[in-house]
Amino acid sequence: MSDWVEACSAGDIDEEDVMRFDHGGRTFAIYRSPDDEYFATDGLCTHEKVHLADGLVMDDIIECPKHNGRFNYKTGAAKGAPVCVNIRTYPVKVDDGKVLVRIG
Amino acid sequence: MVIIGAGECGGRAALALRDLGYEGPVTLVGDEPHLPYERPPLSKDAMVSDAPAIKAIASDEVLAEKSIRHVHSVQAVAIDRAAHAVRLSDGSVLPYDKLLLATGSTPRKLPMPGLGGRCVYLRTFTDALAIRTHLSAGNRIAIIGGGFIGLELAAAARKLGASVTVIEAQPRILMRGVPAEIAEIVHAVHVAEGVDILCGGGIGSIADDGREVRVTLAGGREIAADLAVIGIGAVPVTALAAEAGLAIDNGIAVDAELRGSDPDIYAAGDCCSFPLAVYDGRRVRLEAWRNAQEQGALAARNMLGAGEAHAAVPWFWSDQYGLSLQIAGLSDEGRTVVRRDLGDGAFILFHLAEDGRLVAASGIGPGNAVARDIRLAEMLIGKRAKPAPEALGSPEVKLKALLAA
Repeated sequence: MSDWVEACSAGDIDEEDVMRFDHGGRTFAIYRSPDDEYFATDGLCTHEKVHLADGLVMDDIIECPKHNGRFNYKTGAAKGAPVCVNIRTYPVKVDDGKVLVRIG
Repeated sequence: MVIIGAGECGGRAALALRDLGYEGPVTLVGDEPHLPYERPPLSKDAMVSDAPAIKAIASDEVLAEKSIRHVHSVQAVAIDRAAHAVRLSDGSVLPYDKLLLATGSTPRKLPMPGLGGRCVYLRTFTDALAIRTHLSAGNRIAIIGGGFIGLELAAAARKLGASVTVIEAQPRILMRGVPAEIAEIVHAVHVAEGVDILCGGGIGSIADDGREVRVTLAGGREIAADLAVIGIGAVPVTALAAEAGLAIDNGIAVDAELRGSDPDIYAAGDCCSFPLAVYDGRRVRLEAWRNAQEQGALAARNMLGAGEAHAAVPWFWSDQYGLSLQIAGLSDEGRTVVRRDLGDGAFILFHLAEDGRLVAASGIGPGNAVARDIRLAEMLIGKRAKPAPEALGSPEVKLKALLAA
């Protein structure tokens, strides 16, 4: 069974930016990297449940809008205080101009 | 390595020493009975939770795994600089190679007679628990001081149905560090939520008979309350350093590397004053969570010989009801203001110095609406950028583009 879900159109996100995507009672963050690739993570920071989509993307890093917790959105790795728990990532593909996320 | 003070700053410093690979003994001394914990929730989430809990910076397991010795419920009573040792209130003596003072700040006391058990301050988790028991429907809470602690507490008390009066001696709330245009928004939302805000009148007298507090304003008005919470600022905890002969200047005076007047003693966080590079070395003392965290980590690096100067731009936030306010930089450095509207009522004020340099940005809006642009503004401030005022005022011009310019 395919569990690829359409999150948005490829053009909905600027390069080096992020947007929020809610699906099935869960929230995700969809990223477009400076080199024009797409990525997805859980939408809430592992520190205090803040929506990462309100945060700032710089290169491979998403920074939490509240406490500057940082994650590499490509790998999910936490990048220092106050976050110490990695964030979950999800496979993403672009198909016919649509950004699809495989929500496991 | 010995760290006095087990709050955000001290706790972060201890963890950083290990993260940096230091393998010698690390002792973290705190006068509270708890694990190192985050204080910001104390006036926010912890106040409205049914079962307030500590948000620990490190668990007992993590401290054990990292071989950080946490000595709690104990005060440091003296530093013997010649012997390189700290004496504790339990009689023990801790020798040190490098010492970090992360003693924090303590609520400024209201210098008035008449204060009793129903007049309290908020600094620790224990304070928060005690206040929490009074926040319920039908109870009357008087908050003395219209600063962040008092206003966040007012928002929490209203959420729980208590009636709230905020008493501020200054002409408006948030006089220190927050532009009037933003303070007005905060004022209006509190009034809409049912808070009575009384500005511009000093307190004539306070009477606390153990059952009720009666606050009489200089103008004669009397406010009766079940609890009075005093939030009129904080003072740095410097007695230990002063008695050891260290230089004090609105806090323990340190250099850009957070080193005090004794080369083996560092100070960081709320307790220290330091030169801020981005404002040409202006000496400041900051009472902010992120500063405590960053300076704790910086002190750890420098205790291990990094020789790194503090370069961060001041930043803080406050949450009240659904609104969040964020300020980067020091707005009193600015001479002119440019406003950028972000929609949904959210806006940012950019503060520019006479030479056009961006020196601060103050934003307010629902949720985290201003967070991203404030963060970018912080980077622009750090770069000493002089962005065109027209660009700052135009929401369609991306701040990220200005950063790249």
